[in-house]
Formats: sequence, C-alpha cells, structure tokens
Amino acid sequence: MEEVDVEPTTTPIPGFDSNQKHLGFVWGPGDILVYETIYKASGGSAGGCPFVHEVRKDEDIYSPILRKLFNESHHIFVGLQRIREDLPSKNKKPQFVSISKNYRSVIRACMEELQQVAVSTQDAALATQYGNQVSILLAVELIWNLCEVLFIDAAPAGSLVLHLLDWVRLHKADVDEKAREVLASESPAEHQAYWDVVISYVLQGRMDEARQVLVKQAALQPAARVMFKLLDNLLMKMPIFNPGETQTLTEFDVKWRHWREEVDHCLQDQSFASNRHLEDICKILVGDEDVLLEYKELLSTWYHFLVTRLLFSHPTVKPTELHYYAQSSMHMFLDTRSVPEPLDSILLAAFEFDIHQVIKDCSIALNNWWFVGHLTDLLDHCKLLQSHNLHFGSNLREFLLLEYASGLFTHHSLWQLAVDYFDHCPEFGRVYLELQIERVPLDTERKALKVIRICEQRQMTEQVRSICKIMAKKALRNNRLGSALSWSIRAKDAAFATLISERFLQDYCAKGTFSDLDLIDNLGPAMLLSDRLTFLGKYREFHRLYGEKRFSDAAKLLLSLMTAKIAPHSFWMTLLTDALPLLEQKEVIFSADQTHELMFCLEELTSGKSVPTPDRPMQVLGYTPPYPLSNVCFPFNLLIHCFIICSNLYSCLARG
Amino acid sequence: MMEGINAKYVSQKISKTRWRPVSSSSLQQPDIFATGSWDNEDNKISIWSIGENGISGLDNEFEGDPQLVCEHKHNGDVLDLQFLDQDRIVTASSTGAVIIFRHHHNSQTLSVSQLWERAHHYPCDNAPCTGIVCNSPEIVTVGEDGRIILFRADQEGVLRTIENADSSTIHDVTFLRTTEILTVNSIGQLKIWDFRQQGNEPSQILSLTGDRVPLHCVDRHPNQQHIVATGGQDGMLCIWDVRQGNMPFSLMEAHSAEMWEVHFHPSNPDHLFSCSEDGSLLHWETSSNSDTPSFLQGGRNTSIVSRSAIAPAGGNQSLISSWLTGDSSKGRLETTHMLPSQTLSVNSLDVLGQCLVCGTDGEAIYVNRRVPI
Repeated sequence: MEEVDVEPTTTPIPGFDSNQKHLGFVWGPGDILVYETIYKASGGSAGGCPFVHEVRKDEDIYSPILRKLFNESHHIFVGLQRIREDLPSKNKKPQFVSISKNYRSVIRACMEELQQVAVSTQDAALATQYGNQVSILLAVELIWNLCEVLFIDAAPAGSLVLHLLDWVRLHKADVDEKAREVLASESPAEHQAYWDVVISYVLQGRMDEARQVLVKQAALQPAARVMFKLLDNLLMKMPIFNPGETQTLTEFDVKWRHWREEVDHCLQDQSFASNRHLEDICKILVGDEDVLLEYKELLSTWYHFLVTRLLFSHPTVKPTELHYYAQSSMHMFLDTRSVPEPLDSILLAAFEFDIHQVIKDCSIALNNWWFVGHLTDLLDHCKLLQSHNLHFGSNLREFLLLEYASGLFTHHSLWQLAVDYFDHCPEFGRVYLELQIERVPLDTERKALKVIRICEQRQMTEQVRSICKIMAKKALRNNRLGSALSWSIRAKDAAFATLISERFLQDYCAKGTFSDLDLIDNLGPAMLLSDRLTFLGKYREFHRLYGEKRFSDAAKLLLSLMTAKIAPHSFWMTLLTDALPLLEQKEVIFSADQTHELMFCLEELTSGKSVPTPDRPMQVLGYTPPYPLSNVCFPFNLLIHCFIICSNLYSCLARG
Repeated sequence: MMEGINAKYVSQKISKTRWRPVSSSSLQQPDIFATGSWDNEDNKISIWSIGENGISGLDNEFEGDPQLVCEHKHNGDVLDLQFLDQDRIVTASSTGAVIIFRHHHNSQTLSVSQLWERAHHYPCDNAPCTGIVCNSPEIVTVGEDGRIILFRADQEGVLRTIENADSSTIHDVTFLRTTEILTVNSIGQLKIWDFRQQGNEPSQILSLTGDRVPLHCVDRHPNQQHIVATGGQDGMLCIWDVRQGNMPFSLMEAHSAEMWEVHFHPSNPDHLFSCSEDGSLLHWETSSNSDTPSFLQGGRNTSIVSRSAIAPAGGNQSLISSWLTGDSSKGRLETTHMLPSQTLSVNSLDVLGQCLVCGTDGEAIYVNRRVPI
C-alpha cells in the first residue's frame, strides 16, 4: 500500500457510539451516506437507529458568498479555454497574467464580502466560520499571487525582486493603515508607532513614503538635521531596477554596488551612531540579517524577511537561486518555532519551483478543489505541467478539474457550471457528463429542456433519448397523452410513440372521439416516426375528410391504410366497418377496382385464423346498420352485407 | 452598448426579472425591480433598488449597482413573475401554485397576500404553472397541465378554467384585448381564446405549417393588438399579424438555442429585445428612415408585401407597424448584442424607459440604465 500523505481526519457521527454499534456507508459523488448496521457487538441489544447521516467533505459549496466565487471564476475559466492554441506563446503570456489577475480579484472580492458579514453578524459561531473562510481565502490568494509571479509571469532576474516586493506589499497592507493613524495624530513624530511605520516602509522598499514620514522627525530635531539629510539622501539614491529602461542588469548591479558601498561607508563612519533608529535603518539598507531579525514583529512572516533580504542583499537574484535564500530565510526566521505550517511549506515549495508539490500540498490542506483545479488549469495552459503523468486518470489538470466539477454536480443548483468544466476535459469529461447529466432531477419541463439542450449541443443522443423518455413516461402517468407523444417524438423513440398511439386508438375506441386533436392534426412529418403513429395520423385524417364530406378522398385513404399495410390487422375490421357508410352513399364512391380491393381485404381478414371483433361502437361515423348484426357472427354478417352492397353496385355499373 | 452594463452576482439562478411599473403620467425612470429564482433548495423572490436611497452617491463606480431591498421564500421554482400593480406581484410556481405577494413600501417587507395552491395540477401530481399575464384585477395563468385559469386578484375562487385547453404544455400567454388572450405551446401553435365564448375551444389556431418547433414566449405589440412576437426553441423570432392567416409575417434567425423571452419596448415598439439559453441578449431595431417617424412609413413604402397593405380602413388601425412592412432587406432591421459573451442562459429580461434588467443561470443580474432608445 502506498503511504498516506497525512493522517485522515476523524468525523464524529452525532449520537453514535463506535464501541457499541457498527456503521455501514455508501459513496456518493461528493459525500458519503452513513448508517447503522443491524450487526450487533456481542451481547449488545441496542435497537437500530433510524437515521442516515450524510457526511460531506466540502461545506464551502453551500456558502452563498462562495457561490459567487464559483460563478465568476467559471466565466474566467471559459474565457481561458478560448485562448487560441496556435498563438505564439509570447503573445499569450500577457493574457495568462491578466487571467490570473482576474481570478485573484474574484477571490479578493469574495474575501472582502466575507469580511464584512463576519463583522456585521451577531451570531458568534457564524462570525468564526466567516473568519475562517476569510483566512483560507487570504492564504489562497497569497499562494496564487506567488505562483503568478514565479510561474506565470516568470519574472527574470531584476524584475523578480520587484514583483516579490509587490506581492509582500499587497499582503502586508496593515502598514498603510498604521501610517494613516500616525499621520493623523496630533504629533506624528511622537506617536508610539512612528518608528514602526518608518521601518516597515523601509522593509518593504517604499523609500519615498519612508522619507515623507521621516521629515516629521527631522523637523523636530533641528540639531540632527545633517544626519537626517544624509539618510534621506541614501534612501533617495537607492537604485531600483527599472525593466522598462534601456539599462542592463549589469549596469544596474554596478550602480547598486556603488550605492551600497556608500551606505557601508556611512556605517563605518558611525554617521548615525547618535540615533539608534537611523542606525538600524542604515543597517537594514546593507541587508544586516541580525538587525532584520530584530524587526521580526514588523516583518511578521519569513517570506517578508526573505524578500527584504533579497532587496538589500541580492536585488539581482535569479529565479533558480531563489530556493537557496528561501530555505535559509525560513530557517533563520522560524528557528524558535517547531514545525512549519502547511502554508509555509507550500510557499517554500513554490520558491523551489516545485509546482507539483505546491498543488499536492494545497490539495491536502484545502477542503475544496476550486483552487487547485483552476490554478492547475492555468499552469497547464502555460505549458508548465507537461512532463507529469499520473498513475491514474489522464493528467493532473484533468483529474483535478473532474473532481471539482463532480463536486459542483452534487449541488442542486451549481450543476450547470460543471458542464463547461467537463467539456474541457478531453479524456474523461464526456463520460463524466454522460453519467451525471441523466441523474439531474427534473421537476419542470423548463429544466428538462435545459438539460436536453446541454446534451444536444454535445451530440449525446442516448442521454437525450433517456431524458425525453423520462418526461414522456411522467406525462403518460399523468394522463397527458399529447405531451407524452411530443416527448417521444422529440426523442425519436419509435417504440414509445407506438405505445402512446395505441393508447390514443384505445381511447378512440372507448369514447368514439379523438382527444388532443390539436396535436394529432399537426403531426406533420413527425408522423413517420412509427408505423402506429402514421396510422393514427392518417386515420384521423380520414375522419377529417369524412367530416368535410370529401368522401372519395376519404375512401381512397381508408383503402390505402389497409392495402399499404399501414393499419394493424387488429384494426382492419374497424376500418371495414368505416367503409360501410361510404358504400351506402347515394353516389358511387368506391370504384370497381377499389371495391374489389375492399372485398379482397375482407377476404384476407376472414380467412385468417382469428377474426377480431371490432372493439368500438358502430355508430362512430353516424352509421347504423340497416339490420341487426349479432356480435358472434359479425364478420360474416358484415361480409354478407358487403356482398349485397357490392352486387348492387356492380349491377349499377353494368347498367352504365 | 456594453458599457454601463454591470453584473451583480446574487448567489441564485435567476428565472425572472421585472421592473416595477412607473406611473404612466410621469417621465420617471424605473428604479425598483423584482427577481425570482429557480433550481435552488430554497427559492426566493427579491426586490432590488437601483435608486439612490440607501447608498451614498459618492461612489460613482457603484452607481446603479442593485441593492437588495427585501426578499421572501418562494415554494418551488419561480416560473413567471408579473407586477399586478405598484405593490403586488404575482408569481407562477413549479408546484402549480399561483401566489400574490404584497410589497409593503413602508416597512420594506414582502408578504403573501393571496395563494392559490395547486391551481395547476394533475390528478396525483403537481403540474408547474408556466406563465402569467395580468390585466389588473384579472390574472390569467397557464401550465404544463394544459389548463388556462382566469382569476381575479380580489376574489378567492377561480373565475373560469378552460380544461384541456391544450394537449401539450402551454408556455406563455398574453392579452390581445381585454377579453381575448393568446397562448403559445410546445408544439409550435398560437391559440387565441375569447373569454366571452363558453366552451373549451380556441377561437383561432395559428402555426408554422409542418413545423412543430415549441414556442416559449410571446409578447404583444403595445399599440397594435394584432401584432405579436414569438420566440421558439430554435431561437427564431417570428412576428405575426393574428388577423392574417396562418403564416408569420417575418421569421428571423436570432439565437442558437431556446428564446426564453421576447419584449417589445413598451413606449417605443420599434425596439424589441430577446434573450436566450445560448447566453445572449439581443436588441432589435426596425430602423425608421432618418427623417420619417416609423409609424408613417408603412403607408407609403412601396416594398410592403401585399397583405400588410390591406389594413382595415378607418381609425388608427390603418397605421402599419414597421414590424409588418414585410421587408427584411438589409439595413432595415438592426440587431445588437447587449451582453459580453457568456455561456450560461439569459432566462429573463425586462425593459422600461431607458432601463433594462436581465437575469442569468450564471447567477448574475445585469442592469443597463442607458439603453439607446
């Protein structure tokens, strides 16, 4: 057996004592059902528990605020899949970066909303729950942003540190809040947090802002003016790499080394010896690690420490060298603490450019596939995951997307989003969709139509048939023959259409009238779906022609129903009976040939072994036979009756 | 066109959106609309405001961002929703119920003021109510059970039921005149019913011959009662003159999937809007010649097909709508997409004045306050 990555967590089932009773369970797509089995531990006589518990891994999907995340990111996901494969990768990169930023802004929007409700809610438990979700989203955005800098944007040496600085600034925004507070106070320079603000700005490489705050202090200490002026000058002159300019990295490096020598010089001169704060700042500028670590509180995280260290000691660090500084920074910063938290190892893995470790650790740490699914998809589009194959499924991207989409499909409402994700899983997406789509509960025709549309767009004919059949059966159960027929026509389900046509004919035989004429009269080409349906449509047409007194057309149609074998044999007697009133019309309707054919049909019917009796009243067409016909010998009576009529007819013809 | 339209995600799939009517005398723009949700475990109807009340005018960016005013649980999917008047909303439920909600403006709350449980039904099952049309105090509903029911908002009982009005599902209904309604069904038929006649037979059936494409929506021209627009499963837009035989006047390819709603602009009916399962929202405009008001065009346009010219003499009936000029040659009809591309269905739209609101399966509401009318 393979090693497990983490110990599985235990979920207690309320009201259940595992020493006394035994549990059974069934897997669901996103959850499991747990129930108590009848098996009893020795001597136990506990009565069975009537409850079935549903255990879900993912609660987030039920959060109304996180639903916005799912919906908005779906939109971005679909946009990403539409980026054309054949674009040169140079042109794609800015698009990928902007998509990554879109994803992050959606996370941020969600986080802000959660933060607001966490503050405003009265319910303490709910507030904690929101608070937890906020911190998870914070971490998710932090990781995503780092992945964007390192993998998607793939900033080269020089720009790399600038991007990392932006990353740290974004996630350590409390400095600005503190600065506002200090500057708004009566005497900012004497505020207790004054130096914290100045140093925080320096640690984040925000030299202009640091200088602006420093001016306040300088104004208070006219005697130290020269010293303040010196530091201000150093801060101002600090070279910052500007990727937009023509300056090369080497030129920048020379300039930076020059500046650093100057700072070093000041330190050796003891220029700032009289002011501890200024001296510390100066030491920070040369990247003195001991001093940096003294400001652990202000740095607050090892990765802030890392970025500050890089800024002042290795501003031209290459991506490939990052892992070395990351590891050492983490060790230096965390020495007192025992084990790094999951977030620390994920970030470290990212600095080590171990994408798969990042994804794996995130999958374990987060209870939802949203993050890893979308991030992996984006990284895959950036062609960063190609070498990796799984022992199962197709590839990492598809595996994660399928998991995420399957989770969505368990949701009563979000299932619609899942469809597009399945569409973009080339290997197994379709199978997943086929299996899931048939199981969507259909309460209304509107919903059924939406599901069918999804299937039809993907040529999933089998599923269309199955859904139409479900709807047809439902309609039939509710005695809505018209609807049932419409559904089976849509499904092109000949067998079911035959069944419903039979019902129509039975109803006709029982009542003597057709129901749902609006439908039957408008079958059009759909009539050809099944023989029985064709017969139903044509037979009804005969009635219409008869009703319109277009007797010869009616007679022709009636005869063709039998000679072309459209009518089922069991219905022939009914048709022959229908012919009687036509035969008795004053004018001649059936020609000699037609009469002959009619006789032939009658013969064929009576020569058969079983002669069915017509299963409907005779007066349907308003026809009452001139003499009583007993049921038992009906066919023969009819035969005789016909012969009489026909012989009259022939004699008429003979007379010309 | 797409500027000034922004999405608000609302954590529920929106099946219906409707503006609250504004008094016809004022030129005021609407600022309150109602939405209904579907397919949720708990469905809701909600009232939203895009007016200034509640939010400070400082944030220009959020100007017009709909704010939730109040909401109420709704049993079953909201399959249709109409304002009866300023305070009352009628909804059609997938449970077959027809419900009147009252919006109390003072307390900003919603309450159920009238409920017809299982108005539409099968003997042993629920039959969804699919459509409503109001002409206060009269309410007409249609359903999957093929019934047409006439209610009065102030009466508990049912005024009239037409059983088996349709052998298939009736999808939508509209008033042609006070005693006459028009329904569309799932086998592509338009049926006209006259409430003055007893019996369960329609006074007229229209359909595209040989075509059984289900029709999902219908809207009547606001000024000319004989002109209706329908939208069907194939996304086609049809304009009909119900006085004139069995064929639609024009058939226009509009969407690539079901057209869920179609609406003439209530005060400027040369504009028409449609939305679809394919995720698009279209603005149609029959262009009036620059200097001639469109209502005068019909009379002197020589390219009118013959039958549209046989307008009954006398009265304003002789004005021929530009929708019926029968000339589909290029340049006369312009269509514009009103939403950024998206894949999930636009289920509903409503337009009033210069304001348009629509709702999607992507759980977003879009409001546009500057529709070029």
